[in-house]
Amino acid sequence: MTAEAGLIALWLAAALAAMQFALAGLAIRRGDDAIAAAVRPVAIVQGGLALLAMAALIRVFLASDMSVALVVANSHSAKPWMYKFAGAWGNHEGSMLLWVTILGLAGAAVALLERRVAERTLTATLGAQAFIALGFYAFLLFASNPFARLASPPADGQGLNPLLQDPGLAFHPPTLYAGYVGLSVAFSFAVGALVTRDVGPAFARAMRPWVLAAWVFLTIGITAGSYWAYYELGWGGWWFWDPVENASLMPWLAATALLHSVSVLATRDGLRAWTVMLAVVAFSMSMLGTFLVRSGILTSVHAFAVDPERGTFILVLLALYIGGALALFATRIGLVRAGNTFELVSREGSLVANNLLLSVILGVVLIGTFYPIVAAAMGTQLSVGPPFFEKAAGPIFLVLVAIMAAGPLLRWRRDEAQALVQRMTWPIAAAAFAAAGLVALAGWIGLLPLLALALAAGLAVASVAPLFGRNLRRTPLFVWGMVVAHLGIAVSLAGMAASSAFTKETLVAKGVGEPAGVGPYRITLRGIRPVIGDNWTALEARLEVVRGDAAATLLAPQSRFFSNPPTTTSESAILTAFDGQLYTVLGQPDGTGRWQLRLWWKPWVTLIWFGGALIALGGLLSILGHWLRDRRQKRRLEEAWT
Amino acid sequence: MGWFVGLAIWAWLAWACLGNASPLAAQTRPPADYANVQLRDPAQEAQAAALMATLRCLVCQGQSIADSDADMAGDMRALVRRRVAAGESAEEVRDWLIARYGDYVTYDPPVSAVTLPLWLTPLVLLAIGLWIARASFRRRRGHE
Amino acid sequence: MRRWLLWLPLAVFALVVVFAVRELRAPSDRTVYSAMVGKTVPEFRLEPIVKGKPGLGVADLKSGQPRLLNVFASWCVPCIAEAPQLMKLKAIGVPIDAVAIRDTGPAIAQFLARYGDPYQRIGDDRDSRVQLSLGSSGVPETFVIDGRGVVVKQHVGDIREDDVAALAQAWREAR
Repeated sequence: MTAEAGLIALWLAAALAAMQFALAGLAIRRGDDAIAAAVRPVAIVQGGLALLAMAALIRVFLASDMSVALVVANSHSAKPWMYKFAGAWGNHEGSMLLWVTILGLAGAAVALLERRVAERTLTATLGAQAFIALGFYAFLLFASNPFARLASPPADGQGLNPLLQDPGLAFHPPTLYAGYVGLSVAFSFAVGALVTRDVGPAFARAMRPWVLAAWVFLTIGITAGSYWAYYELGWGGWWFWDPVENASLMPWLAATALLHSVSVLATRDGLRAWTVMLAVVAFSMSMLGTFLVRSGILTSVHAFAVDPERGTFILVLLALYIGGALALFATRIGLVRAGNTFELVSREGSLVANNLLLSVILGVVLIGTFYPIVAAAMGTQLSVGPPFFEKAAGPIFLVLVAIMAAGPLLRWRRDEAQALVQRMTWPIAAAAFAAAGLVALAGWIGLLPLLALALAAGLAVASVAPLFGRNLRRTPLFVWGMVVAHLGIAVSLAGMAASSAFTKETLVAKGVGEPAGVGPYRITLRGIRPVIGDNWTALEARLEVVRGDAAATLLAPQSRFFSNPPTTTSESAILTAFDGQLYTVLGQPDGTGRWQLRLWWKPWVTLIWFGGALIALGGLLSILGHWLRDRRQKRRLEEAWT
Repeated sequence: MGWFVGLAIWAWLAWACLGNASPLAAQTRPPADYANVQLRDPAQEAQAAALMATLRCLVCQGQSIADSDADMAGDMRALVRRRVAAGESAEEVRDWLIARYGDYVTYDPPVSAVTLPLWLTPLVLLAIGLWIARASFRRRRGHE
Repeated sequence: MRRWLLWLPLAVFALVVVFAVRELRAPSDRTVYSAMVGKTVPEFRLEPIVKGKPGLGVADLKSGQPRLLNVFASWCVPCIAEAPQLMKLKAIGVPIDAVAIRDTGPAIAQFLARYGDPYQRIGDDRDSRVQLSLGSSGVPETFVIDGRGVVVKQHVGDIREDDVAALAQAWREAR
């Protein structure tokens, strides 16, 4: 019965979305406030129904109801509880349902909370949001019904891809989707503003929390996804410039540009057309990402749930929404009054430069990701991978880092180049000191890593510089947010550069009792033993790990065999120290009683994800800070009236 | 202005094609299978490892041979190490593989008529971006 | 800002959609073909892998007679599927040599006993060295090689019923 209840909830939600769209359209056309007043409650109920449908699907998975086709194809009754739960969205249908659920909830939140923009713009926004949701409901109901029953249920299910049987799965897709959906709200605001031609600071302030929230979720999603790939794939890589990874990076880049341009629009009423454009682009990138992952038109390590037919459906939605929004942009934006223009040397100037460079990086990633298809159309097979992206986007990113260091030290409106140089003394000194120290201690490590580490040091100092000479307790939270997020970029960049420049690798075949070394560690194989898990069996190595005079630690990398479906995976064992990670993997026996071991010492690699966490934290502080300020301003206004 | 753009393109391509091409002296015969065993000479191993990270595994879904469990990726790693140990430069090994599998085998697309637009992308986008950004900086005139 | 510039994003987006539609409707061929077609087989010499059957070297492929070179392995399932077709080609007089990839003598002997033995020579390519030098990216693959040792055709994947005629034709034309 649960499955049927879920399906009914889904149909009802779809009907309400249709109603929401129709009401909003009518209200805008007739200028009728009574109709407009009905839009908010409809949006709230629609969100609730979508949540109900998702809850029903989760319940069906938890109960291992083998009469539901989706459960049979993606679950197994012997699976641990956690993966049954997460398995609900570890497949195409379930993940699409999760998408609309979050979309519906976001729409409900806008309807409940947003009071800043003009009512007409809000109605148009909710209309746009309903239009987006409608497409996805149609997609679910007509092309990927998650609740379909089987006529003759099998005894048990087929299991879930072992690579996906990981706590990361429970966490990773919902976070990314929350980010995508947050950008859809920004998109809807942009469409709403285009419809009513109401682009200004109020619109920017309404959009800002959604952009920031989306950005925080995307940051967490990418950071967690990167760490997941790092320990799961078993070769120590944390970013592969794979199409699916790029698909999550592109919305992040667009959102990063957007949140900076939104702040220019909110503070200085400039970059109007550009901000609207970016809001459209950011959501386009989310849709494009979903399309890339689903359609399988590009080969990827992370490809799952690939189906060209469904790809077509998503492409139609993509063409409809994005094409429509871009056409609306082209016809309408001319009617929006031009915003303010700026001095080159000013905070705004640096934010424009930030937007320019982020957009160029976004373009490079987009074109690099799609180029193999373009080349195939020209009759050439080629691969575009890490070397291209590093060469093409790396230098631009480093310039961006330099601007990021200078930007917060510039005044709004107008500043002097000389004064900036003076304020940059400490950051520049830090960068120079870091570069000299590195060359002295480690010798020549290559131009790009050296530049990256020096810039990271400079940025770290520059990012906290806005706090110098301030009363820290009275510094607004959003300034703290900026400081923490920029510091996070510096930390992450340092981790990337250090781990790429200083990683030590040891690949050996060792028998029991034979020692090996990597970086500061001595590693001895103490034995191999079989282990039996919930739904797998494994061979586990016992590695005794010693660093310096410290006591030995035991690490236990496994080579795991899953029976449903039959697959072998390597489970790495990682030892985290304050200055890096020891990464160990058990390989094959070499036939002479010895075992292949893959050992890496990755200095400071943890900074990559620690930096990512700081970036996300900065975003959170910023949301909180703006919210507090808005509240305080409102209170002050109220006091002024009474 | 024209010469400047030309210079920029040239500099970009030089940067793009920058590779390490220093053939090293041959060593003694390899003792074992190089799929999962490193070369003795750290300089040669570093050269081989850098190359392996840019070669595409032919039987996997978009992984480099340096990150793949596939047997064929192992054989390709062995081939790279063997050839580097025999004194070939990374560039020569890469060309040898391209002669057999085409540009598909390398993640670093060689500059050709087909890939030139790709390599020029950053410069073109920067130029377009600067041109658009110019509008934001124009000083206000007297009229609205 | 100029008017036409406002339409540029839509134009770029349309282009992306066009490529995506093309790729969805007629996915481009993902097969990695050898770039060695039209070139001479590079120098190699492989040891025999089963008793009573000679190994394989370049000299054997430059015998003046065109022949097929089958890249196979006993652990490869599609190789079982193509075995009858290879026997058919052998029956019409096509000489076939093979390289066995990452394989062992007993496994090959068992494979030949069970699925038939169309081969004149089998080389032991234990680390895919020859396979890689031919630009072959998997098993099974079949190369048509003319009498001077030049690769004239590559067949990727198992040989199906309806591929037999084309391979026999290519072999005949190589004479």
